[in-house]
Amino acid sequence: MELLQLMIGGLANGCIYGLVALGFVMIYKASEGVNFAQGDMMMLGAFIALGFGNTDQMGLPFGVAVLLAMVLMFGIGWGVERVVVRQIFGQPQFALVILTIALGFVFRFVAGSIWGYTPLVLETPFAGQNLRSGGIVISLADLVTIGVTLVLTLALWAFFAFTRIGLAAQAASQNQMAAYIVGVPVMRVNSLIWGLSGAVATVAGVLYATRGAIDPNIGLLGIKAFAAAVIGGLGSLPGALLGGLIIGVVEPVAGRYAPGELAKMSPYIIMLIVLVTRPGGLFSQIQMKKV
Amino acid sequence: MTVLSTRNLETFYGAIMALRGVSIDVDQGEIVTILGANGAGKTTLMKTIAGLMDPEKGTIDFMGDQIAGLDPDRVVQKGIALVPEGREVFPYLTIEENLRLGAYTRRDSSADDLDLVYEYFPILKERRRQAAGFLSGGQQQMLAIGRGLMARPRLMMLDEPSLGLSPLLTQEIFGIIARLNAEQGVTMLLVEQNAHIALATAHKGYVLEMGRIVMAGSTEKLRASDDIQEFYLGRTGETQRDQKRWKRRKTWR
Repeated sequence: MELLQLMIGGLANGCIYGLVALGFVMIYKASEGVNFAQGDMMMLGAFIALGFGNTDQMGLPFGVAVLLAMVLMFGIGWGVERVVVRQIFGQPQFALVILTIALGFVFRFVAGSIWGYTPLVLETPFAGQNLRSGGIVISLADLVTIGVTLVLTLALWAFFAFTRIGLAAQAASQNQMAAYIVGVPVMRVNSLIWGLSGAVATVAGVLYATRGAIDPNIGLLGIKAFAAAVIGGLGSLPGALLGGLIIGVVEPVAGRYAPGELAKMSPYIIMLIVLVTRPGGLFSQIQMKKV
Repeated sequence: MTVLSTRNLETFYGAIMALRGVSIDVDQGEIVTILGANGAGKTTLMKTIAGLMDPEKGTIDFMGDQIAGLDPDRVVQKGIALVPEGREVFPYLTIEENLRLGAYTRRDSSADDLDLVYEYFPILKERRRQAAGFLSGGQQQMLAIGRGLMARPRLMMLDEPSLGLSPLLTQEIFGIIARLNAEQGVTMLLVEQNAHIALATAHKGYVLEMGRIVMAGSTEKLRASDDIQEFYLGRTGETQRDQKRWKRRKTWR
């Protein structure tokens, strides 16, 4: 019973890690570099939703506030690619890493100067509601988190698998030169991916905020999500989600049954084990490539 | 009718001048081949026309439009498809997805063209649900050509279609290239190291050396030239003393 209880909470947590990890992977595939500001984009998205939605701020209905925040964060992601990332096109990968770390700091200070550093609570229609069945208490927030993640992941999968532009995005990530040759506007596709990952980060941020107070430093969760992305293979969308779920579930279980601070280390221990035993990640996309 | 004409194209790789004023013409329905040694600038010329590189100077006239400096997607939209050196397929996408991406810039339906490609390359139809990365080199070359056809191009540029293929497969690919030209009327610009087969397939040729066109003319004329014979077709020249003249100068006449 207790284990089941822990696992449901862990699954919901894992969904949030997974969503942030999805953002890592999408940008990794588009710009061939890791966006270390992904966690801070999540934080910013959550705060923007809070700014639109909370009654002492703009007071819009919850759904509208979240949608607006997603649109705004899509624009911010798009803009970051257009204005900043495109300038360092062709530079070594490391340039993007430093750039996005700096960008993360900027987001943190922006959020801090607007909303302050004391934790704030996002008002949600399902705050504090619980469902009971058997001996288990499931909070509605957890259920919503799992449900929304499921829907969003399916939508993303459908986008990449079935739409013209999604196919173009896949093509651009597999062979950029060939994508140019067949006439895919690669730069515009990359902007779109950054925008999308901004919107996905917003959803993750809002889901995170339904489970507790937020402050400008919650973006550090991005490091854990990065571990999730690496576990999944950094390049595989289903892998990222699975990596997130594994970390999410292991953390509370280890916290309950394992000694000391092992729970906090568990994501990175798992990452190390995966990297040692399967260097390509669980869902590696590295196949034999004929020349 | 002239489909493509470049005038005095100059393209640089950083400080290195790869094209030093190249002017070529391609007429409707022709196969035009460009011969040249490694590093002569053949691929650069293709990339410049396709918009992957921008020329410093010179003009590219395509069906009456100036296309020098346009982005590659605009060039494809105008009707130029490039089949790049080394195939460059999308390895994790299926063959059919690869082909559909070839028609990416087209607004109209490409279903007929898909059938056409499958008609010329039945093996692609057989394996259409497989990832392109698992195809053999020759099949990947077929896929790259098919992908180029999907754009229904007015001009198709083929960069080294024989690269890494066995002589037999090279024959097969060039047979299909000739058929596409004869049956579908596809105008082609062909870069090839294998001068024998290129001169046998094409109608007209240019010889590119160190970024300059040094010779032009019908393929019959090129084949008859002593320089081509010796330096591209590998005929060993006979001299009075019955030895190969290893320091002979090219005259390009």
